[in-house]
Amino acid sequence: MAGVTLRDVRKTYAGGFEAIKGISLEVGDGQFCVLVGPSGCGKSTLLRMVAGLETITGGEIDIGGRIVNQVEPAERDIAMVFQNYALYPHMSVYNNMAYGLRNRGMREAEIDTRVQEAARILEIVPMLGRKPGQLSGGQRQRVAMGRAIVRQPKVFLFDEPLSNLDAKLRIAMRVEIRKLQRRLKTTSIYVTHDQLEAMTLADILVVMNGGEVEQIGNPLAIYQKPATTFVASFIGAPPMNLMPLRQDEIKVQFAGDSRAAAGEAGILGIRPEDFVIANEPVAGGIALGLTVEAIERVGAETFVYGTREPEAQEVAADPGELPPGEVLVRIPGAVAPAIGERIQAIAPRQKLHLFSADGRRRIDR
Amino acid sequence: MEPRAIFSGRLLPCLLILPQLAISLIFFYWPALQAVRQSFLVQDAFGLSTQFVWFENYLDLLQTPGYYQAIGVTAVFSALVVAFSLSLGLLLAVMANHNLRGIQIYRTFLIVPYAVAPAVASVLFIFMFQPGLGMIARAMQRNGIDWNPVLNGTHAMILVVIIAVWNQISYNFLFFLAGLQAIPKSVIEAAAIDGARPMRRFWTIVFPLLSPTTFFLIVINITYVFFNTLGIIDTATGGGPDGATQTLVYKVFQDGKAGTDLGGSAAQSVILMIIVVALTAFQFRYVEKKVHY
Amino acid sequence: MVEHRRFGNLLPHLVLLAGVVIVAFPVYLAIIASTHDNAVIANGQMSLLPGSHGFETYWNTIVAGTGKTTRQPVGVMMLNSLIMALGIAAGKIAISIISAYAIVFFSFPFRMTTFWAIFITLMLPVEVRIYPTYKITSDLHMLDSYAGLILPLIASATATLLFRQFFMTVPKELVEASKIDGAGPIRFFWDTLLPLSVTNIAALFVILFIYGWNQYLWPLLITTRDDMQTIVIGIKKIIDVHDALTEWQVAMATAVLAMLPPVAVVVLMQRLFVKGLIETEK
Repeated sequence: MAGVTLRDVRKTYAGGFEAIKGISLEVGDGQFCVLVGPSGCGKSTLLRMVAGLETITGGEIDIGGRIVNQVEPAERDIAMVFQNYALYPHMSVYNNMAYGLRNRGMREAEIDTRVQEAARILEIVPMLGRKPGQLSGGQRQRVAMGRAIVRQPKVFLFDEPLSNLDAKLRIAMRVEIRKLQRRLKTTSIYVTHDQLEAMTLADILVVMNGGEVEQIGNPLAIYQKPATTFVASFIGAPPMNLMPLRQDEIKVQFAGDSRAAAGEAGILGIRPEDFVIANEPVAGGIALGLTVEAIERVGAETFVYGTREPEAQEVAADPGELPPGEVLVRIPGAVAPAIGERIQAIAPRQKLHLFSADGRRRIDR
Repeated sequence: MEPRAIFSGRLLPCLLILPQLAISLIFFYWPALQAVRQSFLVQDAFGLSTQFVWFENYLDLLQTPGYYQAIGVTAVFSALVVAFSLSLGLLLAVMANHNLRGIQIYRTFLIVPYAVAPAVASVLFIFMFQPGLGMIARAMQRNGIDWNPVLNGTHAMILVVIIAVWNQISYNFLFFLAGLQAIPKSVIEAAAIDGARPMRRFWTIVFPLLSPTTFFLIVINITYVFFNTLGIIDTATGGGPDGATQTLVYKVFQDGKAGTDLGGSAAQSVILMIIVVALTAFQFRYVEKKVHY
Repeated sequence: MVEHRRFGNLLPHLVLLAGVVIVAFPVYLAIIASTHDNAVIANGQMSLLPGSHGFETYWNTIVAGTGKTTRQPVGVMMLNSLIMALGIAAGKIAISIISAYAIVFFSFPFRMTTFWAIFITLMLPVEVRIYPTYKITSDLHMLDSYAGLILPLIASATATLLFRQFFMTVPKELVEASKIDGAGPIRFFWDTLLPLSVTNIAALFVILFIYGWNQYLWPLLITTRDDMQTIVIGIKKIIDVHDALTEWQVAMATAVLAMLPPVAVVVLMQRLFVKGLIETEK
């Protein structure tokens, strides 16, 4: 049992590419830390550096009080679950799990106890005699986890273990992993690109982008108070509406907000679910006049797409983003305005997120 | 075979396969059948009359010490070439599998022996090992080793083994390298995390996963020794001294040159055919799992 | 990976270097020997550095013939080898590709039988049917001829198998589109299939050229005239003389010349060569 601490960790590749640009992080003993971010943000690289599978160019990695920069993976007392499971194809499930223990010279009797116990917990006892090639994806995943838990290591490392499973299995396994970790109380670091997985699993959530940390904290806190526009649009689905504010809008809407009025605020963020469609403005809040462009009814709720300026019909800069000027409103139930109708979308003051013009800073009063 | 989109017409395909079938029939099947036929015959000393003798030629063969010697020579030769050539090829492949600079240059050099004809390779080594003349031969003489492949059967065998191993290094190296690179990197990493240092990883993970390639190469190397070393033997030792390097194929070659016992020579050929069939069958049955992980 | 290897990357480099030395030394020695005078060689006094007789030796070897052990200039022998190798490579590829085409894209009686008939020839290398094949070549009056050198060796199952395997990966839709465009089988082969097969053909060509060039047993048997010898056979004749009389510098020069084309092909077309090797053995 041990915590993991990263101090200003850096990684630069031979060609000069800086994959990790100075990351500091502290994961307490028994905590579940999730590294989340888009492809290429460096989360897997960081995980592999903790594992010893990548070398460290700068900074320190500390596992249980011991600096492990130069320590080989075999000596770090960690266990890892890979995205493609990386089971030993020529060994039975039993031997896959026993391999790590045999390498440490454990007695067969004790190995057997541990393997049987782990197999029982993961419900893979009937498969102990089979080879990985004879198992389904979900079963292999469990064996990979079994291989990790028999070792009783200081830290569990997970590298997108659920990515190769179908959606239903992924949800079921997600819960299993969380329950398992709570039971074993082993410090865990988990990498995923799926923000939903990240939110549901993490004690500590680390949002990464371009080799740097955007925000670290409790998932709910990050959801409620994202520190940058990147975090704001990455965490929470559908993503937060981000609207650039014009000077006059700032003065009018936020007169009285000292910093916002001073002109520091450049971007306004409002989550689709924080809107209400009504006619009376809320004190201190904001009212957006929208022309309804499209409606999506999904049964439990309805997504309303509206534009602020009826004239602006540009295309979105990036695929997956709303075109500039378009706002998404999420309302419960199935009653919705008609297309072409002009509505008022109201959001209260505490649901407004203000960011600097470059999106890198959150502005609170 | 799976159903394919096909063209209609019967004439064209028959014309297309005609050349290959014709050559196969004339130069493969006909001679093979002749050999089988002749193995059941005995000719008199003048070649005037022939007599059908059932399996007498085969029985005669099995009672000739020379034949057993040839079997022994072939077996020893194969075993030595397989052992040394595979080990060297594997060692070089393992070393080449690290991300080294200049790996292309190494690889370029290491594939050269494959392009050298066995007979030419033989000449290169004769030049080094010829008693009295060759550099290495003289070095051995200076150090008290009485090296003489002309008179010493064991020395002759050592010489041809060295030449054959040299000739086959490239092949084994290339296939082992391909086999090594087919092992998923994550499996090796998992083993490292599981506490296995490099040597242990090699023997418990890499080598077992390499076994299809290894079996495949064993069969290929045996086939090489059986059928492709004629050039080496002919130039280096002539099968001697006293048949010490006379493999089964070389024996067929030599006995046939003498021309006295066509039946016996044919019987030997037929036995060799059976061996090839066995080797090929073995290769296709047991080594076919080579490709998939 | 964080790894503590003693000497770091030194060990692999050392081993590979040793391998290169083992591989290159005999060849190097031959090149050196071909530049020295025979007397120096026979006396065992040859150094490891090039001598000064290179040009003279190669000239004699290739063009003039030295008169003592070789009555034939090696240049002629190289030509024979070249014709044989090119003939075998081209021949094998040509007849195999059309056979594979027929087997994969057509349906005709005895199709599978034909396939197996071709496949079985894999198991009948020339060494297994030496003298009967000689006899029939002789009966067809093909001894001492290019036809005799080439034809008996070109019915290869490996090339057919390779092409068949490759053709089976060609998507059905391609054939159908071609048919809709009005192309008959010959058109399809020429315009579509052949261009697709170029890499395979090139890779196979490298392998087969080397196979053809390095043939020993067959040319040895069926060529007796000096001017039909291939260079690989020529070498044997040169050193067949008792070694006191062997002109080693000529022998080594001949060896170098014998090695040059196949080694050049392999080195220059490395990637194709490796691909060809791996494909043909699957």
